Formats: sequence, C-alpha cells, structure tokens
Amino acid sequence: MTYETRADLGGRPGYGPVVPEPEHERFHAEWEKRALALTLAMGATGEWNLDMSRSARETLADYATSSYYAIWVKGLARLLVQRGLATDEEIATGRAITPPRTVRRVLHENEVAETLAKGSSTLREPAAPARFGVGDRVRTQPQQPDHHTRLPGYARGRTGRVEHVRGVHVFPDANAQGLGEQPQWLYTVTFDGRELWGADGDASLRVSIDAWEPYLEAAP
Amino acid sequence: MPHDDDLHADRSELAEMDLRVRALESVLARKGYIDPEALDVLIDAYQTRIGPRNGARVVAKAWVDEGYRRWLLDDATAAIASLGYTGRQGEHMVAVENTPARHNMVVCTLCSCYPWPVLGLPPTWYKSAPYRSRAVRDPRGVLAEFGVTLPESTEIRVWDSTAEVRYLVIPRRPPRTEGISEEVLASLVTRDSMIGTGLPEVPERTR
Repeated sequence: MTYETRADLGGRPGYGPVVPEPEHERFHAEWEKRALALTLAMGATGEWNLDMSRSARETLADYATSSYYAIWVKGLARLLVQRGLATDEEIATGRAITPPRTVRRVLHENEVAETLAKGSSTLREPAAPARFGVGDRVRTQPQQPDHHTRLPGYARGRTGRVEHVRGVHVFPDANAQGLGEQPQWLYTVTFDGRELWGADGDASLRVSIDAWEPYLEAAP
Repeated sequence: MPHDDDLHADRSELAEMDLRVRALESVLARKGYIDPEALDVLIDAYQTRIGPRNGARVVAKAWVDEGYRRWLLDDATAAIASLGYTGRQGEHMVAVENTPARHNMVVCTLCSCYPWPVLGLPPTWYKSAPYRSRAVRDPRGVLAEFGVTLPESTEIRVWDSTAEVRYLVIPRRPPRTEGISEEVLASLVTRDSMIGTGLPEVPERTR
C-alpha cells in the first residue's frame, strides 16, 4: 500500500469532546478567508477536479496536526507544484520566478455570483441500468484500495440495505486519479448500528453512506 | 481554558499561516491565475449572503406550507432552488425530516461535505476530528455535548455525506407555534437544528 489517507475518521476513538460554536462565527482569522477564496478561485481554473483536491488534502503527512484551512492551503500548494503552476520557492516567497503557465480559465470578479449559483453537478446520463434497487441487501467491499476512495473504513465489509437510488454520478476513485469520470450508479446504503459497531453498539442507531456501485456486491 | 502550549501553538500557526497565505496569493496573482478582486467577492458571498438563514427560510416554509413540505421531501434541489438557493456544494440536495420516532443527524466522516447554499460554510466542530469520528458511532454522546437528550426509543439516523448528495435536516416544529409568521418561525430555526445536532428554539411566550 502506497496510498494513505489520513482523513478517514469515522468511528476512531480518542478525539475527545465536540466543542460547539455560535452560528455567527464564520472565520477565526483573516488568512482563513483568503485561504477559502484562493482555493475556490484556483478550483475554478479547471486545472484539477474536486476529487483530486480531496486526494491532495487527505494524504498530507501533517493532516492530523493542521487546522482545517491550513489543510486547504497545503493541499492547494501541493496541486500547484504537481501541475507546474508554481514552484515551492515561489509559494514560499510570493515571488514569481518561473514564467506562468496558461490556465484554462481565470475566475473574474463579475463571474463569481453566477459561478457559485451554478455549481458543478456530478450527475451523468446512465449507460447501463442500475444493478441494485431499493430494499436490496448489499455488502460493501472489504479491501481498502491503493488510491483515493469514498468508502469509509468503518463501513467496509458490512452488510446493509439500499434505501435510495441517487442516479449516476462521477466516480471519485477514477476521477481523482485522472482516469476520467467513469460515472457509476450511486446508492444510499443504510446499516444497523450493531452491524457497524458490534453487539454492544446503540440499538437505536442507523447509519447510511452514499456508495457507488463498484463498492457493493449483492448480499444473501 | 486552553493549555499554554496549545495557545502558543495556535499563535504560531496564526503567524505562519498568515505569511504563507499572503505569499500564496501574491504569487498566484502575479502569475495571472487569479483575479484578486474575485477573492473579495467570494469572501463577501459567504460572509453576508450564503449562510444558515437561507436554510431556516426553507424549513419555516415547509412548516407552514404542506405542499412545499412534500415538494421538499420529494425533490429538495428544486424546492430549495425555488427560493433562490442553488449551486456550489448544494447541487444534489436531499431533505430529511425529524419525527417523534426518528431524529436525523448529518456528518461527513471523510472531509467536510456540507450543504453550502442553505447553511453556508461549516462550523469548525463539523470539520473537526471529534465530530467526524464520533457522530457515526456515538451520536447520543455527541448530542449530549450540544445539550440535546432524546428518548431511548427515538431512532437516531445518521447520514454520512460520502458523495455529492447534501443533506438538510428539517427539524420538528416547536409546540404551540400556531399562528406565528413564517418569518418569526425562521428565526427559531438554528443552524445546528438543520445539521441535527440541535433543536429549534422555543419562542419566548411559550417557555
């Protein structure tokens, strides 16, 4: 295994209590605002996709000790260097040393509102009928693949039921690796708490994930 | 009280990140990849326009208008778009309704997926390791930290947002709020109640 995500936190012990926060607190420092805006503006260049940026963040060596927007900044720096848009030295000093590369698009001030309102749908036309239907029992893949994926560790090798069929969506496992969108059927799969956490788990708990078809096989 | 070492670490991250982000912005602007004016517009959008009051209006409308409630449960993306809330991180919306038998709670254990057009940017705790690790395993313990206790018989239904579907919880309408305007009802709908870690406020006169 060479791919290691540090973001797959579901069910892990030892992180302590949740600290609530008032609704009006949006940012905790000026740099966080700039980090958010830089990430969105660079995302709009189309030089990478959402799954690539998630992959760049979740594999950061210092993920666990970085604050959330620090993770974004470090993930962005990594993508810039990987794609030859900037060098480590340029990112550290703020000086442009190498000539710029042409990016596909620059997000301008007058396009922001429309771009945010439009978003970026991941829904695609089906190429084949859905393999599963509502109510079907399914088992998730037990193995962690050696690349970005969206099947959380706690829900691997578990049996649940299809609760909703969500249409055909871009498949992150392929899209993050630059292998194209390879759209797949997406399902909401629901598990009993005890299937996930064992017999001493909360009997009143049910948890769902949204799982692409390749994550699932039919269960008896 | 934070420990002195933590406080020190926070301060040094602040100074370091401040410099780092300034440098990053300056090189990206110099290379012509970004329009610095666009950054200000982006920040303003999430500070003033796109936040949890949008979601509160959706919930209040569902409380007073049965036709809208059914539309919201059937096709949340369209029902929410009809109020003008669309786009980034809300392209595929699903509304889930709390009942006496079932309480819904939303998490993203893998990162920080959150319905931006209706709730704005996620709070720090939503993105933090304690919430992401425990919401799927010990949601009652998490709820207790928000001051919420639910009957043992209530099913806790946790939605882990692992794809691009974004979930909005429709909390239960507080009792004795008949005849209250939609606008006042919206003011009772808290952000946390739309994530499922809180309940709506109860109006003053019925406390």
